[in-house]
Amino acid sequence: MRKIWDIHGGIHPAENKHQSLLKPIENAGIPAQLILPLAQHIGAPASPIVNVGERVLKGQMIAEAKGFVSAPVHAPTSGTIAAIESRVIPHPSGMSANCIVIDTDGKDEWIDHHGVEDYSALSKLDLVDRIRQAGIAGMGGAGFPAAVKLSTRDDKPIETLILNGTECEPYITADDILMRERAAEIIAGAEILRHIIKPNKETLIGVEDNKPEGIAALKKAAEGTGIEIVVFPTKYPSGGEKQLIQILTGKEVPSGGLPSDVGIVCQNIGTATAIYRAIQFGEPLISRITTVTGEACGQAQNYEVLLGTPVQYLLDKSGFDKENCIRLIMGGPMMGYTLQDTAVPVVKTSNCILAPTVAELPPPPPAQACIRCGMCAEACPVSLLPQQMYWFSRAQEHEKLENHQLFDCIECGACSYVCPSNITLVQYYRASKAEIRQAQQDKIKAERSKERFEARTARLEQEEAEKEAKRAARMAAAKAKAAAAANAPEASKADIIQAALERSKAKKAEPADPAQAAIARAQAKRDGGAEEESPQEKTERLQKLLASAEKRLVAAKEKLALAQEQQSDNADAFATAVSKTEEKLSAIQKELSEHQASQAPAKTEPAGESTDPAQAAIARALAKRAGAGADESAEDKTTRLQNVVATTEKRLAAAQQKLALAQEQNDANVGAFATGVEKTQAKLDAVKKELADHQATLGENAAAEQATSDDPVQAAIERAKAAREAQANMSEADKIKQTLESLENRIAKSKEKLEAARAAGDDKAEILADSLAKLEDKLATAQQQLSQT
Amino acid sequence: MIELIAQNPFLASLLALVGLGLVFGALLGFAAVKFKTEGDPIADQIESLLPQTQCGQCGYPGCRPYAQAIADGDDINKCPPGGEATIAALADLLGVEAKPLDAAEEAVPSVAFIREAECIGCTKCIQACPVDAILGSAKHMHTVIASECTGCDLCVEPCPVDCIEMRPIETSLQTWHWEKPKPVEDLIASDRSGATA
Amino acid sequence: MGFLKVSSPHAHGPMSTARVMRLVLLATIPGLFSLTWFFGFGTLVNVLWASITALAFEALALKLRKRPIAFYLNDYSALVTAFLLGIALPPGSPFWLIMIGTGFAILICKQLYGGMGYNPFNPAMAAYVMLLISFPVQMTTWLAPQGSFAGDLLGPIDALRYCFGFGRESIDAITMATPLDVLKQNNSLLIEDLWQESAQLGHFAGIGWEWANIGFLLGGLYLLYRRVFTWHAPISMLASLTLLSVLFYDGGSSASGGSPLFHLLSGGTMLGAFFIVTDPVTSAVSNRGRLIYGALIGILVYIIRVWGNYPDAVAFSVLLMNFAAPFIDHYTQPRTYGHKLKDQQGGKS
Ligand code: SF4
Ligand code: SF4
Ligand code: SF4
Ligand code: SF4
Repeated sequence: MRKIWDIHGGIHPAENKHQSLLKPIENAGIPAQLILPLAQHIGAPASPIVNVGERVLKGQMIAEAKGFVSAPVHAPTSGTIAAIESRVIPHPSGMSANCIVIDTDGKDEWIDHHGVEDYSALSKLDLVDRIRQAGIAGMGGAGFPAAVKLSTRDDKPIETLILNGTECEPYITADDILMRERAAEIIAGAEILRHIIKPNKETLIGVEDNKPEGIAALKKAAEGTGIEIVVFPTKYPSGGEKQLIQILTGKEVPSGGLPSDVGIVCQNIGTATAIYRAIQFGEPLISRITTVTGEACGQAQNYEVLLGTPVQYLLDKSGFDKENCIRLIMGGPMMGYTLQDTAVPVVKTSNCILAPTVAELPPPPPAQACIRCGMCAEACPVSLLPQQMYWFSRAQEHEKLENHQLFDCIECGACSYVCPSNITLVQYYRASKAEIRQAQQDKIKAERSKERFEARTARLEQEEAEKEAKRAARMAAAKAKAAAAANAPEASKADIIQAALERSKAKKAEPADPAQAAIARAQAKRDGGAEEESPQEKTERLQKLLASAEKRLVAAKEKLALAQEQQSDNADAFATAVSKTEEKLSAIQKELSEHQASQAPAKTEPAGESTDPAQAAIARALAKRAGAGADESAEDKTTRLQNVVATTEKRLAAAQQKLALAQEQNDANVGAFATGVEKTQAKLDAVKKELADHQATLGENAAAEQATSDDPVQAAIERAKAAREAQANMSEADKIKQTLESLENRIAKSKEKLEAARAAGDDKAEILADSLAKLEDKLATAQQQLSQT
Repeated sequence: MIELIAQNPFLASLLALVGLGLVFGALLGFAAVKFKTEGDPIADQIESLLPQTQCGQCGYPGCRPYAQAIADGDDINKCPPGGEATIAALADLLGVEAKPLDAAEEAVPSVAFIREAECIGCTKCIQACPVDAILGSAKHMHTVIASECTGCDLCVEPCPVDCIEMRPIETSLQTWHWEKPKPVEDLIASDRSGATA
Repeated sequence: MGFLKVSSPHAHGPMSTARVMRLVLLATIPGLFSLTWFFGFGTLVNVLWASITALAFEALALKLRKRPIAFYLNDYSALVTAFLLGIALPPGSPFWLIMIGTGFAILICKQLYGGMGYNPFNPAMAAYVMLLISFPVQMTTWLAPQGSFAGDLLGPIDALRYCFGFGRESIDAITMATPLDVLKQNNSLLIEDLWQESAQLGHFAGIGWEWANIGFLLGGLYLLYRRVFTWHAPISMLASLTLLSVLFYDGGSSASGGSPLFHLLSGGTMLGAFFIVTDPVTSAVSNRGRLIYGALIGILVYIIRVWGNYPDAVAFSVLLMNFAAPFIDHYTQPRTYGHKLKDQQGGKS
């Protein structure tokens, strides 16, 4: 006899195994519909490779593995794909996930498949790949892809291969009956595993001593193979991987580590049979043995079930009495989870369906206070102090929980089982683990947000500083110019503007950062609005604001024109300033008009001729600047307007040049320039209209026309207009074609970016991929449209 | 002198007390210098507890200024995204009473979502986002990088076509978890339902 | 659908808090029996009256705290406190003494802290100490055991009468110093001679006392067998007590602290070891912690008995160690699977 180690704690719940062992394994047959979740294993969900309506054969792969830790899904029988959609899956949450639904045809037609003649001739990599392709995931309950566990690294030699036939949970007999009936397959699977892993010490099969028949069958099958069947006393939870390793070898898997860290690989015996069938016959994992038991089932029994079989189908076969059953459990009574819906399918990890009566597993009585009796600590196989963790969990003391090794808890439930106060300890631990993980993630995210925020602030500051520098330089230049032009008679106007500009500069210096503005708004929201002010006051205040904003706008515009004339490189800064001031102006304007409207409908300003309030404001500002509009002589007005037209045109030309340049250079600011051009254009139109109106009244229309038409800038505008018109006149098809082109361009660019991101291993890659997909969608629709027109 | 002290018990005890006071004072002073904790300035520690949503709902332009304000004595209950948890953590750090949140309700964790079909590409949201969580360029559709979005809400208002909405983060299969049981032992006589055992 | 949605495990063991408490009550029977056999019905009346008042106080407190009364009375914890206090008090104590005791235990020591499971101190022992300090006369008059005097034992009717204050004079006639008192007051005699002198000392540790302690030992062993608690705390307490008494036995000189057997079987040793020290709520939580906790109680008991001012010391020692329990817990966290002990300790703040 080899030495058996003991684990700390453990419990001896009523076994209730005999009920389901009375009959041999029965084939459950083919239900009308199979539901195959894409995630039946730990790791990334598989991705479907079939389409709805497609006919599939038994054993055909219908979803492929995505990534290293993943497993493919195969069709358990022949039929047609009815849907690929979200269905309720076996999960404690009762939530849904993507599933492939197969309408079976009852023919059970196999796809062409071959086994391996002599597996010992194949390399380890080859065999592991076959196991991966067969979609085998741990069948004991956790569902870790088998191939991943078998991909051991050469620098970590494996001493011991352990097959887990413990099955320590009450009620479940799937492994027991497997041992009794298919011991030879288990041993054959063990041999294959041994060939793959090449343990340099031993191969063990651990079984609890409550399965004498199974042990006898295994021992017989293992004769002469050198595989040792190790029998040890029954105790829950000796079937936990770490516990089994401790029992058989006395080694402990380090916290947070893997069995391979101590030279051990552990597989379930069910997995071993699946591996045997995959290698020997080329059959993927499409069925498993599931125990259906509990007193609410008339006949407890083990079935060979096709994956995807709805639980309801199995219950119907077993004489399920729904009235008597208060909870339906997938898995055992210690670690299984409750199901809400009998439509959920059997998956790779479903070792048991337990339908107990009320008397059998009564609903939990209300929890009493913890009396610190320590029974839980006695029972814990990991030597934790569950009672302490319970207090900490209730008090949200995450740090202390971690110090008490909460994350080493295997959620075996032994502590809850023995607790005399009926405290649902495990639930506390689960909730706390999730909370801690969440908190960690939040922390990481907060950290990142902070970084991003700081980076952004720094960037904005830098931009601001650059602007400031340019502003200073420009001011110096303007001063010099003003001094130079002091003698010229027209200069006086420029001077006035200059002065005004300088006055407003201090105010403008407050950055019009929208984030700042938004924060201000949020603040205002929080404060529940500013202190009350009387309507009168408000009107006055708004009017004042409006006036000053208008002044500033005019000044800024002049400045901009000046800068553009001089081809100064801070023209764009002015452009933004202008547009921002305009925004502000219009906002104030709006507020004012709204306010006035609400105050006295009679006072409402007649809706201006111009629909653009900013425009109207500008007009008013212009009027104001020229003194009272009425006092202005017709002559003066014409000149002034002509002047304005001229400067605006110049500005427009400059803006267009800028835009062209930016486009050539693929500058990121293209958008801003484009807006600038558009706005200038609009303004120009407006001013022109005004001028035209004015001239019409004066009967000097023609002269004005004359004045503008030989302006080269005007020609450019004309051209642009023509282009725009051309675009407007373009046929629908042409337009779409253009869109297509631009879309294609964008796709190409996105692809490049995506590639770069992927190459760099950037986590943005996924986002890019997403947007790429969206673009492609758009392209497709556009193409469709095109073909329709 | 010594004799005088020895003769006069009152004087003796007075002197002893003063002496003790001096000695311990010196000891304390020495300890304060010697074992001075080189920790973060308190504002940094406070900042590390704030959610970094940068939403300004606390009345400060971002979390850092609020952290500074707390360090300078402002209330600790002004951050809706952080909610009770943050208040508790702050109270713990500063050793003050936790107070109820000074806002109508705790902010539900959410992310911004841009209805891309409606987006006109005005870039206003990009300028508003404190953490640069919006991608896009002028005249092109914009999108929110959900994983970077702090749910601060600041991009919603600037959007001229109102195509940004805040969507609460939904529980997925990955984030679902068991809730903590409601402790029955704290139950009171009026809710007898569970307690008739 | 209507299926329950609950977290695993779905099965639950047979133990419940009420059952644990009932077992404890059951286990006091042999001790109670021998106390009654040797000292009359006084203790039984104590226990009865203590139970009635304790339940009443508990119900009152629950009502005031707006908790469901039936649910909490069903956990039997108030009864356990009442039994332990009733046994610890001198037989035939006056009713008001008992009532003050249970009132203090239930209202102040238990419910004020939040009820069962939240009390830092063992309520019965805290009440005992409070009474001992406030009413030293009543608390130290112990009846003489059967066979050490000429009269009859206290019958049930008499016991009730005395308890409620009728004819208390006659009870004073049959009081006698306890063996621990005798030993304490001895300062000239050799142990052997002392035994000759004093009738109540019996074979080892005093008539009646020996058997009462053996009764509680039996009850304790039964509880151990039923796995109501682990052996660590009681055994380590008895072991440290024995060790000290061996060290200071001194061959039975006049300065001797008394024989090990004497210490094990006298006073409240066994009651303390198996019914008080094992009180889960107020003791250390890990097994290692309980070893330390028990051993320190044993040491304290011996020190106070031999060199302290009070003849018996279980209550004091337990209360003192209640203070230390959280501290012990902090340093005795067991080694978790997959951790090296050093890492784990290092990981703690
Ligand atoms: S078993 Fe229950 S009552 Fe006992 S210490 Fe653990 S949690 Fe508390
Ligand atoms: S559920 Fe966790 S704490 Fe409870 S016994 Fe199992 S491992 Fe220990
Ligand atoms: S309310 Fe909170 S999250 Fe928002 S800025 Fe202030 S501290 Fe940061
Ligand atoms: S995308 Fe909107 S809600 Fe999200 S962080 Fe940026 S501004 Fe805030």
